[in-house]
Amino acid sequence: MAERPIDEAGADAALEAFYGALADDDADELYDRAPCGYLSTTPDGTIIKVNQTFLTWTGYSRDELVGRTFAELLTAGGRIYHETHYAPMLQMQGTAREIALEVVKAGGERLPALVNSVLERDDQGAPLVVRTAVFDATERRRYEQELVLAKRRAEDSERRARSLVRTLQQTLIPPEPPEIPGLEVCAVYRPAGAGDEVGGDFYDVFEIGPQRWVVVVGDVRGKGVEAAVVTAFARYWVRAAAVRHAEPSQVFRVVNEVLMRHDTDRFCTAALLRLHRTQEGWQVVAASAGHPLPLLVKPGTRARAVGRPGLFLGSFADPVLHDQELLLEPGDVMVLYTDGVTEARRGDEFYGERRLRGAVEKEGIRLKDRVEGLLEEVVDFQSGSPRDDIVIVGVAVPWNHRPAGAKPP
Amino acid sequence: MVFAHGFGCDQNMWRYVSPVFEEEFRVVLFDYPGHGGTRPPISEADRYTTLSAYAQDLLSVCRELELAEVIFVGHSVSAMIGVLAEIEEPERFAKLVLLGPSPCYTNDPPYAGGFSESDIEELLESLESNYLGWSSAMAPVIMGNNDRPELGAELEASFCRTDPEMAHRFARATFLSDNREDLKRVTTPSLVLQCTNDAIAPVAVGEFVCDAIPDCSLVLLDATGHCPHLSKPDATAAAIADFVGG
Repeated sequence: MAERPIDEAGADAALEAFYGALADDDADELYDRAPCGYLSTTPDGTIIKVNQTFLTWTGYSRDELVGRTFAELLTAGGRIYHETHYAPMLQMQGTAREIALEVVKAGGERLPALVNSVLERDDQGAPLVVRTAVFDATERRRYEQELVLAKRRAEDSERRARSLVRTLQQTLIPPEPPEIPGLEVCAVYRPAGAGDEVGGDFYDVFEIGPQRWVVVVGDVRGKGVEAAVVTAFARYWVRAAAVRHAEPSQVFRVVNEVLMRHDTDRFCTAALLRLHRTQEGWQVVAASAGHPLPLLVKPGTRARAVGRPGLFLGSFADPVLHDQELLLEPGDVMVLYTDGVTEARRGDEFYGERRLRGAVEKEGIRLKDRVEGLLEEVVDFQSGSPRDDIVIVGVAVPWNHRPAGAKPP
Repeated sequence: MVFAHGFGCDQNMWRYVSPVFEEEFRVVLFDYPGHGGTRPPISEADRYTTLSAYAQDLLSVCRELELAEVIFVGHSVSAMIGVLAEIEEPERFAKLVLLGPSPCYTNDPPYAGGFSESDIEELLESLESNYLGWSSAMAPVIMGNNDRPELGAELEASFCRTDPEMAHRFARATFLSDNREDLKRVTTPSLVLQCTNDAIAPVAVGEFVCDAIPDCSLVLLDATGHCPHLSKPDATAAAIADFVGG
């Protein structure tokens, strides 16, 4: 026979000692000296029996407790909780577990406790007795209070973050484009989803000299605060560069350079129109940096994309960019947009360019209706909750165009 | 008959009482937003800071179901919600049963509602510490109780597990309200069902309610606690039946 390992022999000895202790422990000892408070009550809560542990913890004598209800031993708030939650649960479920309550001790101090109860029923199913175990939870309650505080702080900072996001978003979107004498302008912006996340789409319309204006639509990739910072940054530099550089491609080169130097890996696409009011209409120079090309609609013709695609900004040192000149004549419309329009999805289907062209070709309606109608279509296409930001900016030369300073006919 | 649950749990509280009336009446049970199986409101949660918001919900239920000659049975705070609804549309109600009502839970001497404002703050804390243990991820331990007249497993998962934000709002709306002045404007015949030993709504408060409502009677139920429809369902149902039949 193999020799038994020493630790197994030790375990046997421990087990023997345990059985010995149990045999000496009578049932009353087990009850009275249990490591938890123990109460038996009638179904309506009147205390009939209570163990020594509970008496020691609370400082009451047995006579003081028998005949009172358990709820009477609780704080007023705990009593309401007992009546509105604890008792109904016990009656409906037969048990109530891990309920946090505070027991008021004989001296008025409080004992934070976790309480478990079971309701015993007789053979007919009528409630007979409630047995309740009370655990001292002083330490645990302190820890929980810290958790509650931490949770509250987390909720507060989330609220602050959300309000910051909203504020940021509002600063990114010019509320209304300015009025340009002799040119109709309409711009719409719709943030993705519920609209509480800062997106990277932007637009800007600003004057750079007498009868000279710039319209820009852009999209910084990504979402959240970092994208918002880059968006604000890009918009600022478009403005700054447009004052000094005539060609849109040059403006983009400046933006590219500062984005490259800026400590971000975000990149940006944009389309820019430089507009100059002339005798015949508005002279336009357009460029696109990795952005959907602007659409031109001449009355009675199909929409066509203007210019040649260029490289997006913020990633490469010397991007290839092209300027395209054209003349906007009375009745002409140009539309700039972000990919939130064409890449809007319904299931596997994209909104796409065909639908976009169809929408901007609608004749006989005001520019505002064309632009806002398009936005509505794109949002509806996604059942009212766009997955991406949407920006659409339209400009139109009025039929009664005349050069600046000319007297009305 | 419309049964409205009080602060704490949900419509399942009525399961020992409402079936008694199903043969004779159309019985309507509902949960307030965020209670029982009802999801908390997303957009207008802030509305639920006063009892009149809940009264509007009650009236919405009545309108939607085109209920007329309503016998309203409201437990605890729902008694006052019913009172507010009745004042707004008295013609819709035939009778009010107010089970353990209190028009004002806080003391305002000589009126003794039973609680001070700090007691109510304590309740809110109590709510908070208990929701900590009831994280939504925690699956309830199911006990094999099929032979007992208790809740099934599917109900146990939601019973008394109110959305914490809504419970907090409901608690504030409930325990910090004062509708004592509204009682005298009730024109519908009313019954106050009062437990002999109720820690939340004492007998004196039940008597106050009954004295203030012009057409009101009071029946004392020999019961301890705030939920006689659970602890003494037969006596509760009998008292309601007496009133609605008579």
